[in-house]
Amino acid sequence: MSQQSVVVIGSGLAGYAVARELRKLNSDIPITMLSADHGGFYSKPMLSNALATGKTPAAILNSDAAQMTAQLKIEIHTHTRAQEIDQANKAIKLENGGHLVFSKLVLAVGADPIRLPLSGDAVDDILSVNDLDDYRRFREALEGKKEIAILGAGLIGCEFANDLAGAGYQVRIIDISMQPLGRLLPTEAGKYLHDKLAAAGIQFHLNTQTQSIERRGHRYRLILADDQVIEVDLVLSAVGLRPRTTLAQTTGIHVNRGIVTNRFLQTQDASIFALGDCAEVEGKVLPFVMPITHAARAIAATINGTATPVRYPPMPVLVKTPACPTIVSPPDPAMPGSWQIDAQLDGLKALFRDEAGNLQGFALLGEATKEKNAIVSLLPPVIA
Amino acid sequence: MRKFQCMVCGFIYDESIGDPEHGIEAGTRWEEIPASWSCPECGVVKDDFEMVEMI
Repeated sequence: MSQQSVVVIGSGLAGYAVARELRKLNSDIPITMLSADHGGFYSKPMLSNALATGKTPAAILNSDAAQMTAQLKIEIHTHTRAQEIDQANKAIKLENGGHLVFSKLVLAVGADPIRLPLSGDAVDDILSVNDLDDYRRFREALEGKKEIAILGAGLIGCEFANDLAGAGYQVRIIDISMQPLGRLLPTEAGKYLHDKLAAAGIQFHLNTQTQSIERRGHRYRLILADDQVIEVDLVLSAVGLRPRTTLAQTTGIHVNRGIVTNRFLQTQDASIFALGDCAEVEGKVLPFVMPITHAARAIAATINGTATPVRYPPMPVLVKTPACPTIVSPPDPAMPGSWQIDAQLDGLKALFRDEAGNLQGFALLGEATKEKNAIVSLLPPVIA
Repeated sequence: MRKFQCMVCGFIYDESIGDPEHGIEAGTRWEEIPASWSCPECGVVKDDFEMVEMI
């Protein structure tokens, strides 16, 4: 190899975080980024509260690909997909017929929205928002609409529901779970959040699921498993994300739930790294922003010559539901222990302790969110 | 008083509120925040913020 060269596949927060951190450490190393879309830089978390903050899709775009090329001194191939990785020759075959060689490769390809297997003639009209282009389509589709159904009461579903309700839309949210944020919150906290969101005007259809969606003029009719029928103007699906693993898989890189890496964010091929929503780091798939920041720093240092394992501090997740401010750090689901609930005057504090009495997770809602820092300092690191 | 937004996660630092939980008192001007301070929500450094509003 005559010269070091780094290729980053993906231009989301993870791809840009690596490019930015590596450029801080090394002003010369060539960095090439492949982007399946326009390649511009924006903050994905801002998509789910853009109505409340008064931001248009155009305003969310922080810098386009040309600006990022200049700012980070990198090469960006927009609207370019990788087709195959040739590990032996350290080369990438592109869908457009081109080739790229690398000495280090970073997979930052993200995740795909999960689609529910529904029946009906309007399945293809269901929108989901996973990137800025999706969000632009969603905002266009919202024009002149009033009633919105959201499939999924997880983090993204609740955030969008609150944002839409705050902007005057009538929002219904449908989930198979008994409560919103079923995978993150204990029962009492889920009920607290439910009541606050319901008071903000959001209608919940819980413990059921959508079976079919049919067109009714300009509207949609949803039939739920409990035979309820609801009619709305627009349907948004937010039932979760699945790491994009196909590229890695077809080229022999180990994949489990995500692309499998060690603490150095390396796949079994030490010159190929993965981070962000597509990665499974030491058995953990963590589709949030804070792990990206830490992973990108470790990868940049390792590529620059100082082998650096990632360390994840406690990484609480902030749920952007202004009707009920919520911060949660869910315990590992396999960990034995119990929740202790402290219902307060205008908030709720839930602490999860293991059998030895050590704090392993928490949920803070409403006024209790003010205790965040004191409680976070008691949590063990996610990866020490 | 001004507001600065994290380009990565959208967290807003409002000079009038500060970040008292991390030792930054209300009223602290952006220039006075140490470079070692990081975004309380996503961990990026101060350089990755930009001014969004003068109020």
